Amino acid sequence: MVEKGTITVKAGLAEMLKGGVIMDVTTPEQAKIAEDAGAVAVMALERVPADIRAAGGVARMADPEIILQIMEAVSIPVMAKVRIGHFVEAQILEALGVDYIDESEVLTPADDKYHINKHLFTVPFVCGARNLGEALRRIGEGAAMIRTKGEAGTGDVVEAVRHVRTMMEEIRLVQNAPQEELMTLAKEMGAPYELLLEVKRLGRLPVVNFAAGGIATPADAALMMQLGCDGIFVGSGIFKSDNPAARARAIVEATTHYNDPGLLAKISRGLGEPMRGTFVGSLSERERLAGRGW
Amino acid sequence: MNIGVLALQGDVREHLLSLENCGIKGRPVKTPADLYGLTGLIIPGGESTTVGKLLERSGLLVPLRRQAEAGMAIFGTCTGLILLAKNIEGYEEQPRLGLMDITVRRNAFGRQVESFETELPIPALGDPPLRAVFIRAPEVVRVGPGVEILASWGDRIVLVRQGRYLAAAFHPELTPDLRLHRYFLQECCGLAVGRTRPSSLSR
Repeated sequence: MVEKGTITVKAGLAEMLKGGVIMDVTTPEQAKIAEDAGAVAVMALERVPADIRAAGGVARMADPEIILQIMEAVSIPVMAKVRIGHFVEAQILEALGVDYIDESEVLTPADDKYHINKHLFTVPFVCGARNLGEALRRIGEGAAMIRTKGEAGTGDVVEAVRHVRTMMEEIRLVQNAPQEELMTLAKEMGAPYELLLEVKRLGRLPVVNFAAGGIATPADAALMMQLGCDGIFVGSGIFKSDNPAARARAIVEATTHYNDPGLLAKISRGLGEPMRGTFVGSLSERERLAGRGW
Repeated sequence: MNIGVLALQGDVREHLLSLENCGIKGRPVKTPADLYGLTGLIIPGGESTTVGKLLERSGLLVPLRRQAEAGMAIFGTCTGLILLAKNIEGYEEQPRLGLMDITVRRNAFGRQVESFETELPIPALGDPPLRAVFIRAPEVVRVGPGVEILASWGDRIVLVRQGRYLAAAFHPELTPDLRLHRYFLQECCGLAVGRTRPSSLSR
């Protein structure tokens, strides 16, 4: 008997992406640059997050035409984003045959209360999270991969660091807590109790956890890996920089050799200007994307 | 007994855990120096284009191939199978080790929505069949004269052996069954890792 869309198969693809870099691309040409640089997957978009910020208005799923062109252009997995709660956009992406769906706060939420029931799909989902409770709620809804949110489109890594540190701190808290405290912890974190037990048993999230939102340099990527992430999403950081091909390649190598400062020094040399970026502290509450998600 | 797991990208941790459950402490391999003294090497699942490029850029491709030709055993799963193949259909320029006389087809079963798990009979391991997880999996479309076919799924070749080299299109490291890892350690690396009675080998 053949079983498709099982949790092993869905979470399994994320396991295969570990130690790798997933890059935002908007054209088949950019997708080729990403693949040639050594990306493990690409995220097909109409606009990178920095441009979504600049454009304002409502950000939606990309035109299927663009996604199909990108799927044609590369042999690595192709991901695409849907609005939080927009299960019909997700149905469309599944029909297109994308390899992973990102239910993403970077797009304008379609539902201000509920996320997609991701168990209903054969295609796996990745979701953003700022802390352990949020990650476990998404996993409870069927997400097979988590990424810390950071603050997309800023090129400022501070929020990504904050979210990973929070996640790690809360995992340590759960690991050290005696059994009788876990139900109250689950209540306070808004996390499903059974998944909290799983975190205690494993000492980590039950699925792969990548870093995202503000990574712009090889050093940023290595920082997130040293903090304990399984891999890296780079959005605007590559194609908003001076020399995307060289930077993409350097970020791939830094993600592999994150623990070797000698190599990191070599990898980081002569890459040209990184994306200009926006200091997260200068953003108003309304301009921040990470708060989207329930 | 020095067994390494290529740790450039992919599900390295799962293979290290499988080895640990066989009673062996594996060593992650990222640089040429890490190859020193290895009896066997596992190439994990990952993205084959990425791992191939990183093999070249890390300066591992040539020394790894040389050490394999000098006697090191290799077990490749999924991406590992692709990198071991002499020919990759449609991607002849992709960097690889090319140690096995086989031709592989990447993503032979389709995209992720077609990924699946199933019970795979493997005569060399006896009963019961192995739970096999296929993720955007490749298949072997041609085998040379020195290559033994250990398992097929329908008419598709998914497990092959050529002397010290073993390669699977699926992911034994994602399930608790250790029989294929033990098979590699015993048959390809020549290690004694306890008896092979299949019934006693689940974790």
